[in-house]
Amino acid sequence: MGKRVAIVGFGQTYQRSSRKDVNGVELINEAVVTALADAELTIRDIDAIVIGNMDHFEGINYVDMWSAEGSGAVMKPVIKVCTGGTTGTTVAMCAYYHVASGMFDRVLAIGWEKNSESDTTGAIITAFHPVWERPTLGGAVAGLAIEASKYMHNYGATERDGARVAVRERLHALNNPYAHLHQEWMKGIPPEKLVDLIVGSEQNAMLAYPLRMSDMCPRTDGAAAVIFAAEGKAEKIAPVPAWVHATANRHNFVYAGDVDMDRNTTIAEASKAVFKKAGVKEPLKEIDVCELYLPYSYAGLKWIEDIGFCAYGEGPRLLWDGVTDMDGELPINPSGGVMSSNAIGATALIRVGEAALQVMGRAGARQVKGGDVNLAFATGFGGCYWGDIMLLGKKKPA
Amino acid sequence: MSSGEASQPFNWSVGKHGSYFLQQLRDKRKIVGIKCPGCQRVYVPPRPVCGHCFKGLTLDDIIPVSDEGTVYVCTIVQFGFVDPSTGIQRPVPYTWAFVKLDGADTCLTHFLDSTDPEKVKVGARVKAVFEEKRTGNLMDIKHFAVL
Ligand SMILES: [Zn+2]
Repeated sequence: MGKRVAIVGFGQTYQRSSRKDVNGVELINEAVVTALADAELTIRDIDAIVIGNMDHFEGINYVDMWSAEGSGAVMKPVIKVCTGGTTGTTVAMCAYYHVASGMFDRVLAIGWEKNSESDTTGAIITAFHPVWERPTLGGAVAGLAIEASKYMHNYGATERDGARVAVRERLHALNNPYAHLHQEWMKGIPPEKLVDLIVGSEQNAMLAYPLRMSDMCPRTDGAAAVIFAAEGKAEKIAPVPAWVHATANRHNFVYAGDVDMDRNTTIAEASKAVFKKAGVKEPLKEIDVCELYLPYSYAGLKWIEDIGFCAYGEGPRLLWDGVTDMDGELPINPSGGVMSSNAIGATALIRVGEAALQVMGRAGARQVKGGDVNLAFATGFGGCYWGDIMLLGKKKPA
Repeated sequence: MSSGEASQPFNWSVGKHGSYFLQQLRDKRKIVGIKCPGCQRVYVPPRPVCGHCFKGLTLDDIIPVSDEGTVYVCTIVQFGFVDPSTGIQRPVPYTWAFVKLDGADTCLTHFLDSTDPEKVKVGARVKAVFEEKRTGNLMDIKHFAVL
């Protein structure tokens, strides 16, 4: 058992479709400076840095070296990690392990992406096997559409169910100044009516059947930085630190054709491991808020079943009952989530940072439960449907 | 492999198991898988390790599978994008399906011959259509035809 660790600071840039005003290093710096200010620390207080993005998206390799001045890594220990869509949570896990090991007191985790400088679909295709998979793969959109096809087949889920997830995420994003998509026109319209408008819209182009524009996350420029500190230090830095109660990740296979599309088995297994470690028996009751890496609408139906918030096939019911809305029993993605901002290398780290803000009671207009959040659950998602989980809490873990 | 006017300086090995699979496609229009003696799973394409058992699989474990199967998951891709392997825009719409061949436990990912949402469905029966001139490439299967 290692040292107890807490998140004591979080910084993020405004997530936008294109941040032409800054280059990648400057974008990273913006998040780092914000996180340091948030924790009232200087870069001298940071013992080590973990950084990650999708390393070939922008055609830039060695991002740890390339960004050293902006990240604050000059003459400090720095490690780069890249695990696809889970990069942000893996960066967080890695920073957590650095501190839990007792070898570092304060570690900075950074995730970033400038999708406007990349060819996202082309780059994602090169993550798959060149001989067996690339010839037919259609990037992330097609890779998610296939899962939707199976969920619809298994449970009779409809376009309306998917749209209901999109509506939740985009309504929540209206409370978050950092979110990329702000669909102001949605303000004041009830969710059911918004679903009707979206499903009936001719402008809502089909991308990869059954996924339409409204079902997908955007391509975003943005960066995030989270500061982890050891017990003994954390309490002095933050009035209410967000303690890491448990973390776990699971990977599955090399080939997409091997993946079980009936269930997201990696998120299911990693969630089980985290709940066991933290002694969570009834996730829906005990977890107060979630920041889930949901890159497309139907994931918001299926993956909450895999986590264990409801039985298989019951995802849509939870949605329509409003359980996952801001004022519901289990608010999901008060930030607006990935469907409102997706700067890929930063995305999963933003989930962790937003979950920490909820625990700290500092999430502003997107704060849930009047700031009384005891447990917040964050996920990362990537590659062949694999998952990272981090559970944060207000109480110092036993 | 070409990338528009440029060529890509990459060469990928598919190993002994993958080579055997491609030879069978090219020379005999036959699809093979590999059966793990530990968990009995049949993998297509064949590979040298069962991820579940972490057991080494030899060429002796290779078995034939059917050229017919069932659509496990599918999508009809409508948005245009540049194929990073060729540098050319992939023609759309096209149907991408995971086909579970009869006798296999994993799926082969490939094209279907139809982009009709009425026919492109989970559970649809499909059959491999081979190219006349085959070169030892996955694309020796032209596509799967919806039956
Ligand atoms: Zn096996």
